[in-house]
Amino acid sequence: MNKNFILYAVILIFGLAAPFLFPAFKVQLSILCVLIVLATTWNIQGGEMGYNSFGNILFYGLGMYLCASVQVGMFFPLAEWTESGGEKTFVHTPTQFFQGMAVGLVVAAVVPTIVAGLIGYSILGLRGHYFAICTLGLGVAAGEISGGIEIIGAGQGFTTPPFPSVGSLEARGEFFYFLSFFTLVLTFIAVRSIYSTRFKLILNAIRDNEDKAEAMGIETMKYKIIGWMISAFFCGLAGGIMGGLVGYIDSTDVAFDGREMGVFMVLMAILGGKGTLWGPIIGATIFHIFKEGFWTFFLGWQYVALGVLIVVIVIYFPEGIMGWLREKYPERFGEVVDEKDRKAQVELK
Amino acid sequence: MDFLVFQYPMITVQACLDGILLGVLFALIAYGMALQWGVMNIINIAQGDLVILGGYIAYFMYLYGIHPAWGVIVAPVIMYFVGIAIYKLVINKVVDRDLFISILATFGISILFMQLMNFAFGADVVLANSGYGTTMLFDSNVVLPNSKIFSAFISILFAACLVIYMKKSKLGRAIRATAQNARAAKILGVDTEKVYAATFGINAALCGVAGALISITFTIHPYMGLPYTIRSFMIVIVAGLGNLPGVAMSGMGLGVFEEFADYILGTEFRIGSVFLLLVLILVYRRFKLSRKREYLK
Repeated sequence: MNKNFILYAVILIFGLAAPFLFPAFKVQLSILCVLIVLATTWNIQGGEMGYNSFGNILFYGLGMYLCASVQVGMFFPLAEWTESGGEKTFVHTPTQFFQGMAVGLVVAAVVPTIVAGLIGYSILGLRGHYFAICTLGLGVAAGEISGGIEIIGAGQGFTTPPFPSVGSLEARGEFFYFLSFFTLVLTFIAVRSIYSTRFKLILNAIRDNEDKAEAMGIETMKYKIIGWMISAFFCGLAGGIMGGLVGYIDSTDVAFDGREMGVFMVLMAILGGKGTLWGPIIGATIFHIFKEGFWTFFLGWQYVALGVLIVVIVIYFPEGIMGWLREKYPERFGEVVDEKDRKAQVELK
Repeated sequence: MDFLVFQYPMITVQACLDGILLGVLFALIAYGMALQWGVMNIINIAQGDLVILGGYIAYFMYLYGIHPAWGVIVAPVIMYFVGIAIYKLVINKVVDRDLFISILATFGISILFMQLMNFAFGADVVLANSGYGTTMLFDSNVVLPNSKIFSAFISILFAACLVIYMKKSKLGRAIRATAQNARAAKILGVDTEKVYAATFGINAALCGVAGALISITFTIHPYMGLPYTIRSFMIVIVAGLGNLPGVAMSGMGLGVFEEFADYILGTEFRIGSVFLLLVLILVYRRFKLSRKREYLK
């Protein structure tokens, strides 16, 4: 426990100092925080509950649109804002901007949670691949439909309010970095405390054998919906922050981007190791570094690389980094291994 | 636009005929999906991208001065080998694994194909002009392009050929045996590995035919693959595996639904309505099944 405490303290201090140590990478670090949040919360119902969803992008996009709409709509008419596009007929004062952002983030977190609760009963009843395809369809449908709604910009996109000129030039990057880092810390604390309760064991029981769990007297549907709602809460929050960070929302390329973000969160969790606390975090970090490298040096070929990467990870490395480590050093994970068993295994190999 | 459908009945007729001709094509793609789903228990997300690739083969024949209708013969031959290659490289490693693994792996293939096609052929919407002209019906109130009639006819022809092949030939019987029980088929001397490869190849070839026809009748674009996957998935779950008349009927039904959604909601909601319909069908199916389960209790 003590060792863990030092580790957390080091990470926290590093996280707080990062924007000053690497001022050029502030935006990248904020995106990394958002990616970790997405991967960790995907893991709650993808890894722990065994419900592999492609549709968490729905909550992410919803959060993004809601946050921006509330931020604009609180002070100015939304329709005129989107109509004027990038021309900036209205300007937020700093107070308005931060007030709008705060309220927007709350709405962006709460509404997707409610949506998840409402659709959860009908969708979480599906099993296996039906669930995966259904959520995939849901994500794409949301993108296509939001691309046809006029008030949030339809096909031409939605420009989020520009950051007001307060403080130095660095203020925007620092604000969004600390916002996303704070969200990351919040997510980590929440997920870690969830994983130490009976709730996690119930989720694992659902993953391992849902019918048996039901027979044991667990109300599986209730817990599935709760798990999905927790996921949705943080996805919406991450989406709201990302919308402000990117500064521009497009229905299929930024918000409901199933081809990028929707696959990324699954891939990051699998790369790090499904069903572990640290797996998605490690996976997201490695993935982000890899991705930025590819996006910079092989521009244009990034999706080719992404496709190959998905296939390779899924076929040759489905247990992920943490799973591999767990197989290699089981004692570190608190599993007791009989010495005889190990010798027998070595001989077998 | 909303009430035009009811005020002018001819538009209804037009939408129905368009939808049925379109639905035959969907049914052809769905037949390929049902085949591989039944035999290998794999849902291929890259199905739609195989269709688009087949379409580009016909388009390139058109660019080089050959009539694109010949693509119906050339595309399946090329696509058969593409399918075999995909099977050997990726699919045979995920056949026996968790279903989610195969979905994710084919999703990766889908992204890869999408982007490679984008590089190779550009991001423009293209169509291969067949120059077949149009047919007027009901005092020229209903206009049907001959290419659509041609494509429906060819689809039915290919589907019929495949059904006969499945019934009569040795490989067809082996495929059906593997679909029923892979282990038993193996014991009886069927080389399941070969059967799987052939199934995937046949599926890709069917996609190639459908793609060539789509490039003649409609338009193709590198990113248009996913809707075709979703449509075929939807048709298969509505019809059930191995129910060929069901596949044909639900394919046509989906085509008609799409045409009406296009007229009533507007073209921008066309794809969205397809995906929403998928969600609705799955949810309906879930409640139907759960009612059955409660009844058993």
